[in-house]
Amino acid sequence: MATAATCVEVGITSSEPLLKVVELVKHFPLRRGLLSALRGGPQPAVRAVDGVSFEVKRGEILGIVGESGCGKTTMGRALLRLTEPQKGQIIFDGTDILRLSPQELKPLRRKMQIVFQDPYESMNPRLNVFRIVAEPLRLQNLTHSRDEEIERVRRALAEVEMTPPDEYMYRYPHELSGGQRQRIAIARALVLEPDFIVADEPVSMLDVSIRGGILNLMLRLSKEKGVTFVYITHDLATARHICDRIGVMYLGKFVEEGPADAVVTSPLHPYTKALLSAVLVPDPGRKSLQTVLSGEVPNAIHPPSGCRLHPRCPLARPICQEQEPELVDKGNGHRVACHFA
Amino acid sequence: MAFFEVKELTMYYRTLRGQVKAVDGVSFAIEKGKALGIAGESGCGKSSMATTLLRLLPNNGQIMGGQVLMDGQSLLDMPEEQFRRRIRWKRISMIFQGAMNALNPVHRVGHQIMEAILTHEDVSPTEARRRAEDLLNMVGINPKRFDDFPHEFSGGMKQRVVIAMALACNPDLVIADEPTTALDVIVQAQVLKAIDDLRQRLGLSMIMITHDLSVIAQMCDDVAIMYAGRIVEHGSAVDVYSQPLHPYTAGLVRAFPNIAAGRSTIRSIPGSPPNLIDPPTGCRFHPRCPLADGRCRAEEPAFQVVAGRHAVACHKADVLAGGVDIWQQRQLA
Ligand SMILES: Nc1ncnc2c1ncn2[C@@H]1O[C@H](COP(=O)(O)OP(=O)(O)OP(=O)(O)O)[C@@H](O)[C@H]1O
Ligand SMILES: Nc1ncnc2c1ncn2[C@@H]1O[C@H](COP(=O)(O)OP(=O)(O)OP(=O)(O)O)[C@@H](O)[C@H]1O
Ligand code: SF4
Ligand code: SF4
Ligand SMILES: [Mg+2]
Ligand SMILES: [Mg+2]
Repeated sequence: MATAATCVEVGITSSEPLLKVVELVKHFPLRRGLLSALRGGPQPAVRAVDGVSFEVKRGEILGIVGESGCGKTTMGRALLRLTEPQKGQIIFDGTDILRLSPQELKPLRRKMQIVFQDPYESMNPRLNVFRIVAEPLRLQNLTHSRDEEIERVRRALAEVEMTPPDEYMYRYPHELSGGQRQRIAIARALVLEPDFIVADEPVSMLDVSIRGGILNLMLRLSKEKGVTFVYITHDLATARHICDRIGVMYLGKFVEEGPADAVVTSPLHPYTKALLSAVLVPDPGRKSLQTVLSGEVPNAIHPPSGCRLHPRCPLARPICQEQEPELVDKGNGHRVACHFA
Repeated sequence: MAFFEVKELTMYYRTLRGQVKAVDGVSFAIEKGKALGIAGESGCGKSSMATTLLRLLPNNGQIMGGQVLMDGQSLLDMPEEQFRRRIRWKRISMIFQGAMNALNPVHRVGHQIMEAILTHEDVSPTEARRRAEDLLNMVGINPKRFDDFPHEFSGGMKQRVVIAMALACNPDLVIADEPTTALDVIVQAQVLKAIDDLRQRLGLSMIMITHDLSVIAQMCDDVAIMYAGRIVEHGSAVDVYSQPLHPYTAGLVRAFPNIAAGRSTIRSIPGSPPNLIDPPTGCRFHPRCPLADGRCRAEEPAFQVVAGRHAVACHKADVLAGGVDIWQQRQLA
């Protein structure tokens, strides 16, 4: 990777964060039942993102891993204001985008793109591949001629190995396999050549051969063009390979965050350790299906008191129920939230 | 005779640009109670093969030939009415790719399972409800949550509901298409364990479609590797993983990311997936194969048993049997 790092364009100051998130909160209010309305008290809500702070430097890839349903997608969408957070700051390139009006936000949209997690839900089934990928170009009035538009769509499709592009351009989503739809979602995000991409499980349906190509593409874009990524994934092995840093989420909070290698090779938080121990081995001679962290996943409406992991944590002690651990730096930017880390 | 047999199954999609040869002469067999894993590149025809077995093809999908036999009974030429009443969902069911997002958001989860029972069997609603509760219990969800809506469930729980629906009519064979791709590794292990326990307990046979070789390693007895609409290698998981004989399989096994390995470039298999409207001549893998020669470009290799149950379609299987790392140089390049 040493060679790739030296390719970073001159002028990109990699010490300045491109994105700084401060105490971001996104709750989904629930409709209240009659009984609880009569009783009063606070409105119940799904606390999907519950106070998250981090920074991503220009050209870095920040990996986000964590439990299914812990708030990763909600956070990713909030970063682009596709869902409105209740609190916090999202400072992108020096501007708090939560303070911008829709008009002020529009030019920024060109620089910030998202690869949606579910290619089955996120695509209009009535548009063909060409229209789906060209749509962001049209919304931003970026192309001057049809030929130019076609050319840019072709290029984006080729980048994600949908080749020959003309074979796929005029197909509809239902005429594509799961992994092909996923690659269309990536092409749509790339077509604007953004500075910042939230990639929400962009390769979960791809086999290793195509996955490798796309992850290497992300790596190349980040190191050569200074594109910054928030890469949400369940795949710790590839996260370790391509990310500069990894953040681990549990129930709406970061429980650990630090340099990718440090998080994977010397995890500090019990939840991170459990995640790593559950990674399956690709060896039929070594069965490794085991239950780590028993107990039902608590819901994000009434998260447990104190440390949110305490009902499932093998190391929990009385203080864990009472006091919420803060995310503290244990050196080298490796942060963890656990009383006993 | 195997419990479930597929012979030379061929299914093409008609499109404006020509026929997409998604399933092109696929053969395999499964013994009762065994699990077969099917792996292969995105778009190589795995889901198409599954929907062909269940006869749930879109309008432009056309079965061109081949046979599917269950207990010796031929399924493809059975009248649709009979297939629907006796086979689909009752004897063969499926967990669809992306299904947990397809749960109806405005219906309670328990009712959706009940519905699956009521549409396929002639039972009273009370009986269906009792069975739906049992099924929830079986997949590890408290039946008290019968009246919850899908959005009140976590991803892992929704996936377990989908599994419960596939088991609703006590099938003999379950086809699971990427059942855990959307889940974190801890929940994935829980869901796989639930499937595995049920399989053992109920004596189910299973086809597990996934791109994740580690899932197959943990769940399946046998594995078949698909490339461009065809099966290129088949054998016990232990044999195929430890001694892949097809260059594509060898590339897959080699490129599988390993969390224990240090930071390095991600390995992949160079080249692009083939065009299924106009697949390469001879061996379909030849444009990407480091061993390809004139014969590979001209002549399609036959699918042949090499040892025991281990079979492969490659002119040069003996090169890999000799243990040569054919991908080494490509990777350095
Ligand atoms: N529009 C919504 N209304 C109510 N609750 C929601 C909404 N969107 C998400 N949630 C809830 O917020 C929580 C976080 O969901 P989110 O999709 O962000 O999780 P995730 O970490 O991306 O999960 P996964 O790994 O399964 O993709 C979940 O409990 C979810 O049910
Ligand atoms: N309705 C359709 N009409 C035309 N072509 C189709 C249709 N459905 C699928 N295809 C094509 O058939 C091929 C096989 O698709 P299939 O969904 O079976 O792939 P897959 O192996 O399941 O891939 P993945 O791992 O990405 O889900 C793909 O090239 C796809 O583009
Ligand atoms: S604070 Fe306590 S409960 Fe939380 S992770 Fe640490 S030891 Fe476990
Ligand atoms: S037949 Fe030839 S091209 Fe095909 S996999 Fe074998 S060596 Fe490679
Ligand atoms: Mg998500
Ligand atoms: Mg598929």
